[in-house]
Amino acid sequence: MSTIISLPDQSTATLPKRSYLNSEYGLKSWLLTLDHKRIGILYLIVTLFFFCIGGTMAALIRLNLLTPGGELVAADTYNKLFSIHGIIMVFFFLVPIAPAVLGNFLIPLMIGAKDVAFPRLNLLSWYLFVTGGCFELYAIIWGGMDTGWTFTTPLSTHYVNTHVVSAALGIFVAGFSSILTGVNFIVTIHRLRAPGMTWFRMPLFIWSYYATSILFVLATPVIAITLVLIVLERVIGIGVFDPAKGGDPLLFQHLFWFYSHPAVYVMILPGMGVISEVVACFSRKRVFGYTAVAFSSVAIAVFSFFVWAHHMFIMGISNYSALVFSLMTMLVAVPSAIKIFNWSSTMYKGSITFDTPMLYSFSFIGLFTIGGMTGVMLASLGMDIHLTETYFVVAHFHYVMVGGMVSAVMAGLHFWWPKITGRMYPEPLGRLAAAILFIGFNLTFFPQFIVGYLGMPRRYHSYPPEFQVLNVLSTAGASVLAIGYLLPAVYLLWSMKYGKIAGANPWQAPGLEWQVQSPPLTENFPEPPVVDFEAYDFEWLANHTKSEVQTVG
Amino acid sequence: MSEPTHHAHTVVHPKVYAAVFGALLLFTALTVFASSLELGVFNAVVALAIAVIKATLVVLFFMHIRYSSKLLKLTICSGVFMFLVLITMTLTDYISRAWGLW
Repeated sequence: MSTIISLPDQSTATLPKRSYLNSEYGLKSWLLTLDHKRIGILYLIVTLFFFCIGGTMAALIRLNLLTPGGELVAADTYNKLFSIHGIIMVFFFLVPIAPAVLGNFLIPLMIGAKDVAFPRLNLLSWYLFVTGGCFELYAIIWGGMDTGWTFTTPLSTHYVNTHVVSAALGIFVAGFSSILTGVNFIVTIHRLRAPGMTWFRMPLFIWSYYATSILFVLATPVIAITLVLIVLERVIGIGVFDPAKGGDPLLFQHLFWFYSHPAVYVMILPGMGVISEVVACFSRKRVFGYTAVAFSSVAIAVFSFFVWAHHMFIMGISNYSALVFSLMTMLVAVPSAIKIFNWSSTMYKGSITFDTPMLYSFSFIGLFTIGGMTGVMLASLGMDIHLTETYFVVAHFHYVMVGGMVSAVMAGLHFWWPKITGRMYPEPLGRLAAAILFIGFNLTFFPQFIVGYLGMPRRYHSYPPEFQVLNVLSTAGASVLAIGYLLPAVYLLWSMKYGKIAGANPWQAPGLEWQVQSPPLTENFPEPPVVDFEAYDFEWLANHTKSEVQTVG
Repeated sequence: MSEPTHHAHTVVHPKVYAAVFGALLLFTALTVFASSLELGVFNAVVALAIAVIKATLVVLFFMHIRYSSKLLKLTICSGVFMFLVLITMTLTDYISRAWGLW
């Protein structure tokens, strides 16, 4: 059942006198805050800082690949550029951006809680993240690391002379921040739901964040201990990964990918949660097949632990083992496809409006599908032998991570921006930026599929001249992409002071977070809410709005 | 919320702690003794089995999981399950690597 969208008149909206933003002032009130919303914003600032570093590295990589000879930087420098780009973007941007920023801000608001279960632990996790980030910055400034983001042995333990130890320790420390965030979210979702908020009344956003938190808690300890083993191997030569001492370099890859494959889902699952919210809101319909979407999040989390060796098909693992992992990898496509089909069905006969968050959701659905389907291609053993370690793989995971996840983050940021700041971003510019990002992204990464299929290997700083046209296209796309990121940065900052005042519920969305003022009070809800409606119940909202006396201020 | 917010605090008698402590010491002595025997590949099996029993005792009694809610027990089990996945799926590689290479 769909209802026609009628957005409230925003000209009468005013900013609330008291909110979490103006309850206290000064740097100390931010650095020592226990408010989940403020901690979310602290995370946003730090992750965006790291995004700028990672993005700069990407720009330098693309500039260097403009010419076949790689004239811009030396080969060693190029190795450092892509290593820094990978490490920063994975561990310090993609992993924390959605859980720690949007999750911290929204989970308590969505389930009707005052705060997360352990507010002090929440602040501690931010400080751990910043400490890990400082280790990483130290490693970068004092000369960088050139192992790639995968720290593959024996390269990382025996053959490079760069700052591997501090880079690995930085990820180790930041890993604890992930674990604490995961524990916090799990306990919050179990214990702090408002009366009436049953498991199957929770927004799908919460389900996907719950699945993400499980991955955080179960997988992160493995990468932490694996990186410590790398450090010990380098410093005192314990020999776990050294064949000369009875170790096995492939053991490292097993341990590394046992975390790093689930980590891919840590990066994408929260994005799927965002898309569920946005698609439902801008189609004015309950998400089709709520239960299937909820359980597909959990299924993705469980399956993700059984697929890791597909990163190692050509590394010398057993053919029989590779068969099992290939099959399991193809199975993960099933729950992801369930989500895509259900979002499409949600839109079917919905009352769709093309606001910025919805445009980003369209980006997500299209690009993630391409990224996912090329993943199935890579999962089949014969194809993988041809394509692995080529630009095809690079294009594949950028379609999932940038095309999918970053689109979802942009959708979420725009969708909840009025809730976070109390002000609207300029809608025409938002739509323009979404279009620029979509075009720039495809121009950057689609040529990489082709050039990879033709045989251009990744991680090389020069290439045969016949690949130049496609590489120039890719670099041109990267500059369009850069504009697509700078534009939102400018107008979002502008809108914090000059944007139109949003009012409590500018999108007429039925979630609990939209039933309180924007920006919310420090304690979120003036009185504990009682949930007597299902998730995405637009009729409940319509009746509720009709019977409600408009109160302002 | 259907679940209680606090699990009941069972008072554990100090004698239980003492008994568990005694058992742990006993198993440690057993580990040392077993290492002196010549059992071939079973040396590792015996040592690991004793270690698992000791870890289980610590989790059940010292970490109070025996007296905790089913949800906490499930949490512990999920960690153990994932650890087993890590070991067995990795072993699928190591065990079968030489198959077919004759």
